[in-house]
This record gives sequence, structure tokens and C-alpha cells, in this order.
Amino acid sequence: MIRHLAVLLLLLGLGAAFAGLMAGYTPDEELNLTGRYYAENTAKDIGAANIVTAIIVTYRGLDTLGEVTVLFLTATIVGMVLARGRRERALQLELPPPGELLETGSRLLAPLILLLGAYVFINGHLTPGGGFQGGAILASAILLLLLTYPTRRFGHRMITVVESVSGLAFISLGVLGLLFAGGFLDNRILPLGEYGSIFSAGAIPIIYAFVGLKVGAEFSSMLVNLSETEGK
Amino acid sequence: MMAEVAMATGFMLVLIGLYGALTNRNILRIIVSFTLATTGVNLVMVAVGYMHGRTAPILDEAVPAAEAVARIIDPLPQALVLTAIVIGLGVTTLMLAYAYKLHESKGSLDITKFTELKW
Repeated sequence: MIRHLAVLLLLLGLGAAFAGLMAGYTPDEELNLTGRYYAENTAKDIGAANIVTAIIVTYRGLDTLGEVTVLFLTATIVGMVLARGRRERALQLELPPPGELLETGSRLLAPLILLLGAYVFINGHLTPGGGFQGGAILASAILLLLLTYPTRRFGHRMITVVESVSGLAFISLGVLGLLFAGGFLDNRILPLGEYGSIFSAGAIPIIYAFVGLKVGAEFSSMLVNLSETEGK
Repeated sequence: MMAEVAMATGFMLVLIGLYGALTNRNILRIIVSFTLATTGVNLVMVAVGYMHGRTAPILDEAVPAAEAVARIIDPLPQALVLTAIVIGLGVTTLMLAYAYKLHESKGSLDITKFTELKW
């Protein structure tokens, strides 16, 4: 009981601090300096219609590289932590069949979901989408397949290959920017193209497609690793 | 008004998440509470970037580049929250993997059973 009281007191204090923050909050009327810079210069410098994408892929591309690295580390650590004793689990208990609905449904939906994921990350510079969102959609198709066929072994190899190739391509495009344009991950190694069309914004669609594939592969490897802990 | 509602919801989610994380004993529930708190923080950050009467930072026929400064909201918090969501997912997965290992070692997910680091 005393513990709960302490927790409540702590939360009360925190809640009071939050209330103070909210009471003192006045929304901006104008964009601040960085926001104004992005709003003014994205269209002519980067050529991407979606400013958030321009920030993530180009202005702060290095952050995105770090983020993808963190995800890669997470996927690797999850694989390492869960790896031990996977051998014995190969002889799994008999699971009931997935059922007509799930089986047919996943056969119909999985390719469509993969297509939607690809659409989302290729159009990342035009629409509110992008590599991370598209990658998550790709992984949701894998999740559907995992739910339908829990005993089937998914190719760790293929996932690893997709991940390493797209990671390598991401970095190579960054280095190309260093050689042929203004700096690391600069998107102007390709012509900016017609503003607002799919082949525009220089290398952003290509970079984001690789980010999408990499993120999708990483999420899938986490899902596969977690699902293989089942059945013991 | 919208921003205030979103911000209050975000702060409430943080508080609910922390309450859950501090009072629950089941590790899975603690993990769920942490994800709630993370969602709350993200919501607050997006709410701070919102400006009344403006639209999403995507330029098209409706929002030409010349008017962008006066028409769009701040794109930076959205980019940061996108990063935060992805990293949050990584953290959640790691927590789940460790929870699985803990369950393997003690056969239970009750956090009071794990006394090795208790003082």
C-alpha cells in the first residue's frame, strides 16, 4: 500500500509539472527559424513535395543512417538473445491447421500488402509515406504469413541478404553524394526532375526504397525470431 | 484547441503508462505500459509542432511552394517523431526478447521473483 502511495505521489507531482507546462504553452504563430528554412528551400534545393521526407532522407540523412543502424543492432541482438535452443524447437508440437479463411485470405492479401508497402516507400517524396512506413507494411505481410503457417521455416538467409544489400546500397548512394554532389547522402546525384512527379527529388525515391527494404527486412527478422520462440 | 486536446491526451498517456509500469508485477504488462508512455510522448511532440489553421508539410497544388511558409506546420517534430516511433518499436522488441529469456530462466514473468539485483 505504501508503495502505491509513493507511486501516486510521484505521478501527482509529475502531473502537476505537466499541467504547468500546458498552462504556459502558447502555440507558435509563425514557423521558427529551422521550420522556415525547410519551408522556403525544400522545393528548390531538394525537389521533394513532402518536406518531412526531405528532412529525413537529405537534411538529416545521417540521423536516418544512425536510426537504421539502431534497428539493425536491435534485430541482431534479438536474434542473438533468442538463438539458443532453437534446434530442439525444430520438432514442434502439432499445431491445428490454420483454417480455410486464414489460408486463402493470406494467400490473397500478402502480395497486395507487399505491393502497398512498395507503393508507400516509392512515393515517399510525394505523399505522407516513406521508407519506415512502407517497411512496416512489408513486415505486416510477413506477419500474416507467420500467422498462417506458424511451422514453416522462413528463410533467415533471404532476409539477411535483402537487409545487407539494401544497407550497402544506402551507404553507397551516400558516398556517391559525397563524390558527385554537395556531401554525404546529397540527393542531387540524379537530376531533380519535374517537381511533383514520381521521378523527381533526385536520389530520394531510390534511397527511400532501400531504406524501406532494409526496415522491412529488419522488422521481418524480429518477427520471425520472436515467432520461433513459440511451440515449446 | 486541437493541439491542447492532443497534448493533454499525450500527458495523460505518459502518466497512465508510468503508473502501469510502476504498479504492475507482470513483465508483459510493464512492457505494454512503457509503450503507452512512449506513445504519449510522441503525441505531445506532434502536438507541439501543430499550428492553428495550417496544413500538413506536403507541397502540392493546394499548397504551392511560394506560400509554404504561411501555410504549413513545422515539419521537424514530425520527422523526429517518425524516428522516435521506429526506435520505440526496436526497444519494445528488445524488451520482449529479454522477457522471454527471463521467463525461460525462472518459469515466471512476475517481477518480484527476480531478486538478484534487488537491494
